[in-house]
Amino acid sequence: MKTILKSIFAFLVTATFLVSCAPTEAGKETRGNAKGAISGSAAEKTYVAPGKYDSHYAFISGGFSGQLAVYGLPSGRLFRVIPVFSQDPEKGYGYNEETKPMLMTSHGFVPWGDSHHPDISQTNGTVDGRWVFINENNTPRIARISLKTFETEEIIEIPNSAGNHSSSFVTENSEYVVAGTRFAVPIPQRDISIKDYKGNFKASLSFLKIDKESGHMNIAFQIRMPGFNYDLSHPGRGKSHGWFFFSTYNTEEANTLLEVNASQNDKDYIAAINWKKIEEYVANGGGKKEPARYAHNLWNDDAHSATSTIEKQVLVVEPKDVPGAIYFLPTAKSPHGCDVDPTGEYIIGNGKLAAAMTVHSFTKMQKAIKDKAFDGDAYGIPIIKFEAVNYGVLDQPGLGPLHTEFDTRGNAYTTFFISSEVVKWNIKDLKVIDRHAVYYSVGHLMIPGGNSRTPDDKYLVAMNKITKDRYLPTGPEVCQSAQLFDISGEKMELLLDFPTIGEPHYAAGIAADKIMGKTTKIYKLSENKHPDAVKSEAETKVVRKGNEVHIYMSMIRSHFSPDNIEGVRAGDKVFFHITNLEQDYDVPHGFSMIGANTSELLVMPGRTATVIWEPKEVGVWPFYCTDFCSALHQEMQGYVRVSAKGANTPLTYTLDSDVPGAEEE
Amino acid sequence: MKKSQLLMFVGALLLGALYLFPLWKITLIAPQYPEPLGLNIHITHLSDGVQYNDVKNIDLLNHYIGMAHLPTEENVAKKEVKPFIEFTIFPIVIGVMIALGILVAFKGNKKWYLYWLIIMILLGIAGLTDFYLWLDTYGHNLDPNAILKITDKVTGKPMGYQPPFFGYKKLLNFEVYSYPALGAYFIAAGMALSFLAFITGKKETK
Repeated sequence: MKTILKSIFAFLVTATFLVSCAPTEAGKETRGNAKGAISGSAAEKTYVAPGKYDSHYAFISGGFSGQLAVYGLPSGRLFRVIPVFSQDPEKGYGYNEETKPMLMTSHGFVPWGDSHHPDISQTNGTVDGRWVFINENNTPRIARISLKTFETEEIIEIPNSAGNHSSSFVTENSEYVVAGTRFAVPIPQRDISIKDYKGNFKASLSFLKIDKESGHMNIAFQIRMPGFNYDLSHPGRGKSHGWFFFSTYNTEEANTLLEVNASQNDKDYIAAINWKKIEEYVANGGGKKEPARYAHNLWNDDAHSATSTIEKQVLVVEPKDVPGAIYFLPTAKSPHGCDVDPTGEYIIGNGKLAAAMTVHSFTKMQKAIKDKAFDGDAYGIPIIKFEAVNYGVLDQPGLGPLHTEFDTRGNAYTTFFISSEVVKWNIKDLKVIDRHAVYYSVGHLMIPGGNSRTPDDKYLVAMNKITKDRYLPTGPEVCQSAQLFDISGEKMELLLDFPTIGEPHYAAGIAADKIMGKTTKIYKLSENKHPDAVKSEAETKVVRKGNEVHIYMSMIRSHFSPDNIEGVRAGDKVFFHITNLEQDYDVPHGFSMIGANTSELLVMPGRTATVIWEPKEVGVWPFYCTDFCSALHQEMQGYVRVSAKGANTPLTYTLDSDVPGAEEE
Repeated sequence: MKKSQLLMFVGALLLGALYLFPLWKITLIAPQYPEPLGLNIHITHLSDGVQYNDVKNIDLLNHYIGMAHLPTEENVAKKEVKPFIEFTIFPIVIGVMIALGILVAFKGNKKWYLYWLIIMILLGIAGLTDFYLWLDTYGHNLDPNAILKITDKVTGKPMGYQPPFFGYKKLLNFEVYSYPALGAYFIAAGMALSFLAFITGKKETK
């Protein structure tokens, strides 16, 4: 009997062992459990009941979609995709006549962009919810988005730059938003051999002044830097306010096979820029105005239209002309993120290739500068001795450190791309406290108010480059994702996965109450200064100017005025200038015209927008409202009669068989 | 000046608040209007009760059921609707009553306080009757070409949309509330003061 029991026991042990080793469903379950040991309360912590609000807004970069997505935290619900650098036919952005100028550049109209690092404006080191800025990497640009209207209000191109990656971070009183250069280029651009990179290619670090009231940006000065690759940046804050820090790689100045040739130096640099000093230098007439060509696009909310202007010059500052303003801090191998803790004391280089976190001390840096503790220079810029500036190194906390954010309790949270995890560590002790796997290959992470003196440190959002098997598959192209953690405790707790649009580079988060309640609900008709607006149906009309036909149309529940138009001829260029007369919240109307070679219009209450239609064929062509506006939405439609070229059909326009606004009876 | 005179004087002046504050307020709540729409009825005009543009938005919704346009200045100017004669009469009547009240106060005759109050009560009844009739007309005088025509299940006649005279009523998707507004409370206070003046006056003569 004992033997039988023993053998049964042995069998069970073996079977259990085999089952647990088998790379089968059982294995999947094990991995499932490891998915962050989601505790029972995670669902409760992310559940926002129907009709209730999220506690935070998260503005997550749309990456190569060129847009900016607005999510709620902790639910991970997507509210809106704000079109910024790419055309968006859903909203007519970049298609209608009013918004086309927003996408103008010195290279002409560019319908697409690669958006990267959103950052919210600040007052006294705290995010204030007025604007969110975001950079475009490919055609270097910075955009400013209003957090009243959630629309792009301004886009400025950055001249003498390529790969605007170390951007668009804001100083603690929104004095400046910065742009950098990831790809050094000949400045000014000229026809030279790529092999002549070293010494000939240059980089620009641009400081854009933000107007305190309007938010309007202008390039205050551009620092002409050695031709390294400026990867990321962050402003000093608190005690280090007045400084800006940029990480660099390719200090080797390689121009080909960078993955090898730019990975030779054990240390690259963090460039420390005393922008207050340069600001002073510029205020005293310093710098040189150089010719340049860059677009400056500005949205006017009263005129409901954008204008694009080509700016012709930029103020350039050479580092040698402002001694004591720029230093290089040696930092472990090809640092990616360059992050400053909430106190402003620690400047952290995320040593992508060294698997080390270099922590520099601002206090030590100041002493080193005073003592001239330099280790030579690069193109005349002093290199501070590593020991003289370094607070310490956190060695091998994981593989491929990319970015770090902070809580208010002295801890840092770093993403590790290669080992696919987030690591929590204490800055002062340089000790790892906790680590948590993410799925998979995390890039940036975000704690609301992350780039400020006052992080709102309840949540952390990790943004992943790869999802593989995390969601239902959708063919070869699968979503990228964000993962939400609760970081209020000692251990990080994974709460939620949610998919994102495009590639989520950085994100910016803010408490909801700093924005909601201030958002625009309608545009007042009485304040509409669009030159082609109509304020009432009585003002609607159709005017022919040569082969152009201008239709000044209104929309209100549930009809267009006029809705019967005759006398248009094939080959005409028809402008629909359409005003939404509604003055009620959430009553937009859409407009689409059969055969128009462009997008629809989506017109918010009180707003005017214009779309062009070039009818080619004779016939009677309908148009309709695309946004389900009311119970009579399906009835919101009309016709345009198109006669042959040269026909003499009289130009008429009516609503209910009368000229709109004509006295009844 | 005696205490009763002062009371009567203040009571009469309180009516002046009607030139500033609405007399009545109708509030409409619907699933699509979690923030309600509101219509303030003043002695001289209509105004937005809750949010910007409420009057126009209510007017816009009314067209679905074929209700006549509201007598706003803009609609009158566009000849969409006849002017609302009460908006001319009411301010005159109130002005006259204030003047009478002040005269009565100076005269200091307690009986006259009471007469003033009785006139006010009669005017009040007349005003409320007029208001009821106005609501009734609006609720039933519907455009035969209205978009929505609903038959009342009970009467078999076209459904009327008369808002409640006082209190609550469900009208299609809207929950409608109709209550006196700040101005009405001033009238009530004015009338109460005139009555108090009468009582006080009686004591003073003793």
